[in-house]
Amino acid sequence: MSEARSHIFQRLRAVPRPEVDTTGRDYIPIYQWDKAERIKRFTERMQAVRAEVHHCDRSSWLSKVAELCRVKGLTNLLVSPTTEWGQALYQQAESLPSLTGYDQPIEAWKQEMFYGIDASLTSTLGGIAETGSLILWPNSDEPRMMSLVPPVHFAILDTEQLYTTFAEAVQAQDWLAQGMPTNALLISGPSKSADIAQVLAYGVHGPKELVVILV
Amino acid sequence: MKTEFRIQVDQALGKQDVRAHFRKAMDTLMTNRRNQFPDNAELQRLRDQAQVIRANALSKLPELLEQLEANLTQNGIHVHWAETTDEANDIVLKIMQKHNATWMIKGKSMVSEEMGLNHFLESKGIEALESDLGEFIIQLDGETPSHIIMPAIHKSKEQIAKLFNEKFPDIPYTEDVDTLTRTARDILREKFYNAPVGLSGVNFAVAETGTLCLVENEGNGRMSTTIPPVHIAVTGIEKVVEKFSDIPPLLSILPRSATGQPITTYFNMISSPRKQGEKDGPEEVHLVLLDNGRSRIYSDPELLATLRCIRCGACINHCPVYVRIGGHSYGTVYPGPIGTILEPQKSGLSVHGELVQASSLCGACGEVCPVRIPIPNIINRLRYEGVHQEESSVLDAGSKRKPMEAITWKAWSWAATHPSMYNLGSNLATQVRKLVPNHLGAWTSVRTAPAIADKTLHQQLKALGVDHE
Repeated sequence: MSEARSHIFQRLRAVPRPEVDTTGRDYIPIYQWDKAERIKRFTERMQAVRAEVHHCDRSSWLSKVAELCRVKGLTNLLVSPTTEWGQALYQQAESLPSLTGYDQPIEAWKQEMFYGIDASLTSTLGGIAETGSLILWPNSDEPRMMSLVPPVHFAILDTEQLYTTFAEAVQAQDWLAQGMPTNALLISGPSKSADIAQVLAYGVHGPKELVVILV
Repeated sequence: MKTEFRIQVDQALGKQDVRAHFRKAMDTLMTNRRNQFPDNAELQRLRDQAQVIRANALSKLPELLEQLEANLTQNGIHVHWAETTDEANDIVLKIMQKHNATWMIKGKSMVSEEMGLNHFLESKGIEALESDLGEFIIQLDGETPSHIIMPAIHKSKEQIAKLFNEKFPDIPYTEDVDTLTRTARDILREKFYNAPVGLSGVNFAVAETGTLCLVENEGNGRMSTTIPPVHIAVTGIEKVVEKFSDIPPLLSILPRSATGQPITTYFNMISSPRKQGEKDGPEEVHLVLLDNGRSRIYSDPELLATLRCIRCGACINHCPVYVRIGGHSYGTVYPGPIGTILEPQKSGLSVHGELVQASSLCGACGEVCPVRIPIPNIINRLRYEGVHQEESSVLDAGSKRKPMEAITWKAWSWAATHPSMYNLGSNLATQVRKLVPNHLGAWTSVRTAPAIADKTLHQQLKALGVDHE
């Protein structure tokens, strides 16, 4: 172990430390929102940061995605063939732009990912109504760059997995027992910045458009 | 002779347009924050909660740092320790050299500013390119951040348009913010694509799980930590929290206090490098934990509260001094109230001790602080440390002591506790009151000289028939 480390610890351990009363540390639920209210809040928050939210169900989401792809003039869509949504999309491939899978490490197709992909579609682990956020745990089927590099990101959110707050989502999904993944994400809208004269601009480095499909 | 700080303040106060710009920006930020907390009781409860979480973490700091190190190491993240910014810079350099990297792309990190990392790497022939839009803009102009979360807040749209036109002459001149933003996106995309190393800061480090959390809006933080094959994170040793359940309350209060957003676009939680079978993400992740005076601050039970800071910048946005003099006048990495208490403790009262005088002690900073750091009390304490001679943990304590001032106050306190001397003195003062000059140095530059009454208070009360005692 380094000398710096032992010096730092020596100093930190040399001093008496105050006892801290931890009353009030734990999460207290303050909202009693039913599912309809959660959907309403989530939608409002997302739309406030210029995300598109489409209310669909398991029978209508596919045609909505196809329609949006046409309207946006997308020529291709990056989507995993192994997820529930991906399987359905690949079966309807004729009504969609050309579908691409993320089936090899990024090093093998970085150029195409950066300069050839119009849009991606991913699943989500859930959503948060209070802040209008999507929860993503990227994995080998749906890697990290899918929700980051393409200019348009479609995300499917199962409304059964829409929680009131972040704290409730972490508890309900028992993140600690599952063990944290390489990368976990909350995404609350398309990329944005107000660094130029406090004027809000969208599409800085991440996706310019975020399209949320509720099922 | 005027100090450098005074000269910078004078210059800043003379720039009417910049002052108007800061006023407008801070007013907006204050309004945005207020709108995020419509229920005061809820805000106070959330502040209590955030304070307890941070205070608890600090009370267990060595144990939590050990736990963090163990968990990160187990997750495959390399942990490095640095006592000084020089050591931290060397660690980063060695990682760069190991990978033969000639440049890096950076997400926003105030600790890297503290390290002077960009200049250091430049001196070694390595380029450090900022990718946060605000940082990118000020780097183009060779400046430093004037605000910890909005680094280019001192620049107007027109100035940025001119700067872009000067640096990228191939792109047509525009003042359209969307087009300027798009320009930066296109330039930096190619850089992200090629960068051999990405560097970021850390907002919270979770000891329980070995997770590094990053808060941002643009996606440059995610880009810098996802695309290059090597990711280096730098942070101060105080940023650790105990449990993952501590994160949601802190994430709730940070962006609301900072810019008045309910949440930032991205909240990025990193727990390991790319695992077997995963198709992207860096193969190698490093964390550099920097002390740089923090363990000294830690040794004082009152000053320790300084380390609770979650760097939201609310104190800066609400400071009547900051809004008038702007961020660069401070001459420090961290400006505003948090800089006023942090910088003199880090680099010593003889270097930045003057900053604690530049406060009206209005209390706004303490009132908005999401973790309830008693900033005005700490400012007072540092003023005291500057002029007193007792043994102290504060670096350069006593360095602001002036012999004349010390003798004057000593004489005053002696006279004030000896009634006969006090009466003699005040009587004498009423006799010579005409001799007091109209000009009393800096005091009368913006005020009229105080006039001494023709009768002492004792004499006046006696004349009114008020009984003694």
